This record gives sequence, structure tokens and C-alpha cells, in this order.
Amino acid sequence: MRQQLILRIAAKLFIPFILLFALYVQFHGDYGPGGGFQAGVIFAAAFVLYTLIWGVDEAKRVVSPNLLQVLAALGVLIYAGTGIAGIFLGGTFLDYGVLQHDPVHGQHLGILLVELGVGITVAAVMTSAFLCFAGRKRS
Amino acid sequence: MVELVDMVLLGFMAVVAVLVARLRNLFGVVLISGFFSLLSASMFVVLDAVDVAFTEAAVGAGVATVIMLGTLLLTTSEEKKASGSSLGALLVVLVTGAILVYGTLDMPHYGDPDAPIHHHVAPRYTHDSPEEIGVPNIVTSVLASYRGYDTLGETTVIFTAGLGIVLLIGSSFRSRGGRDGDR
Repeated sequence: MRQQLILRIAAKLFIPFILLFALYVQFHGDYGPGGGFQAGVIFAAAFVLYTLIWGVDEAKRVVSPNLLQVLAALGVLIYAGTGIAGIFLGGTFLDYGVLQHDPVHGQHLGILLVELGVGITVAAVMTSAFLCFAGRKRS
Repeated sequence: MVELVDMVLLGFMAVVAVLVARLRNLFGVVLISGFFSLLSASMFVVLDAVDVAFTEAAVGAGVATVIMLGTLLLTTSEEKKASGSSLGALLVVLVTGAILVYGTLDMPHYGDPDAPIHHHVAPRYTHDSPEEIGVPNIVTSVLASYRGYDTLGETTVIFTAGLGIVLLIGSSFRSRGGRDGDR
């Protein structure tokens, strides 16, 4: 759909704001509605829009499939790693209170890291699932 | 006012559901079911579940619709005529629906403060979360801290699902060769 002038310009206008909104939902999840899951799917939706306009091959040049698979695993690793860090610092698994001197600050840090992990995994999985479907040709 | 919005949304959803069942053109069905997702997202906004509405709008109305359209490209966009009578199926659906509606009669009313769900651990979460976690959004503190195990499990499920998709149908995804034309 690259030839469609209006679609292309509209997508160009929208995509940065969708991405920015995803980041807002991600990092503002402590204060307002939202969090990792929501941010991940919004981020992926922006990428889907990009793929619709510029095609699968162009999208794969923006973010390579290998990188997506690494990111999907990295998110889970960040989450579980935050939990294991709690064990090493003398707490229990997924106990964020020990991450910093003040337990409440530790909780803040833990929640931020955990939500980041969720967001990365969700965004990478949604994007790669979409690219898998979109890249198939009629056999 | 809220009742009126509820009525309009639910009425639209019923109309859309009937349309999806009646239409033979699958392209139309996909687009209309995307509209159904948008309606349920609005429903979640009315229920004050804005975060669920985000997800429904992005996944249900956005990504899922596009994935279904991609699937139509690979198959066909016209539904085959069903053979035989569908009276038996209609009967099964009606009986199941009746049982489900009968089941809801026992459920506490929406927002009922005496509902069992508000008396187990919820009072502790709402009462202690500001001091223990210090995050203004209690949903986040429950999701990421009190119920951290569950969320870790969910994230792992999503990761595993993505892995499964890539392994099953991702042959074109993994190979970076084929640059034969674009959509």
C-alpha cells in the first residue's frame, strides 16, 4: 500500500504517537491505568500499522526476526532475573523489598523492571506472530 | 445515563453477533468482528476497566483483525454452504445459553460490596498497598508484586505461544531471503 499517498502520510503521522503512547502506558503504569501487557500490545499495533503500509520485507529490515526472538526471551529473563536477584539479596523469589535499602523503593524498582520485562516480551511476541502470518504466501 | 450507554452498546453487540452468524462473505465477517471488539472495548471503558479496554482495542480490534485478514489471503473469502439441517446445533446452543443465563442468577450483582470476591484478600490489598508497595495504582501493585508469580507465569505462557507460532508457521519469518514482491 506504499503507493497510497493518504494512507502513507496518515500512518507516518500516527506511528510516532502510538509508540510514544505505548511508552507512556509502560512507564506510567504505576500511577495510571496500564502496564507491561497494554504497552506491549500498543507497541506491536504500531508496528503492524507500519507493516501494512510498507510491507513485510521492509518491516523485517526495521527489526530483524532474530532480534525479535532474542527480545521475547529477554523479557522473561528480566522478569525471572528480578526474582532471582531478590533471592541473592537475602529475600525470597520475586520479593522486591530487598532490592534497595528502603523496601518501598525496592518495590518501585522491582515493579518497574518486571513490567519492563512483560512489555518487551509481549511486544516482541505479538510482532513476530504477526510477521509469521503476514509473511506466508499462498501455496 | 450509564444504563442507556450500556443498552446501546449491548444492542449493537447483539446486532453484530447476528450479522457475523448470517454473513457468508468472510471478509465482511472479519471486519465486523473487529467492530465487535471495539464495542467490547467501549464496554470495558464503561465498566471503568480502562487497561483492559486498551488491550481489547489493540489486540481484538487491531492485531487480530489484521491477522485474520492475512489468513483470508491464504484461504478463501467465501464461506461454503453448510449441508444438512442446523436444527440440532440451534437446540444445543439454546440449551447451553439457557444454562449459562440460569447460572448467572446466583451470581452477586455487579459492584455488590457483599460479593465474596471483595472479602477474601482484597481488603488487605486495598488497605496495605499504599504503605507496603507505595504505588498509587493498586492494580499494578497486585499484578506485579502481590501476584508476581501469576504474572511471571502469564509472561512465560505468552513467550511459549510466540515460540510455538514461530516454530510451526514461521519458516518465511526465519529465512531472510525471499524479497519477491510486497503486499
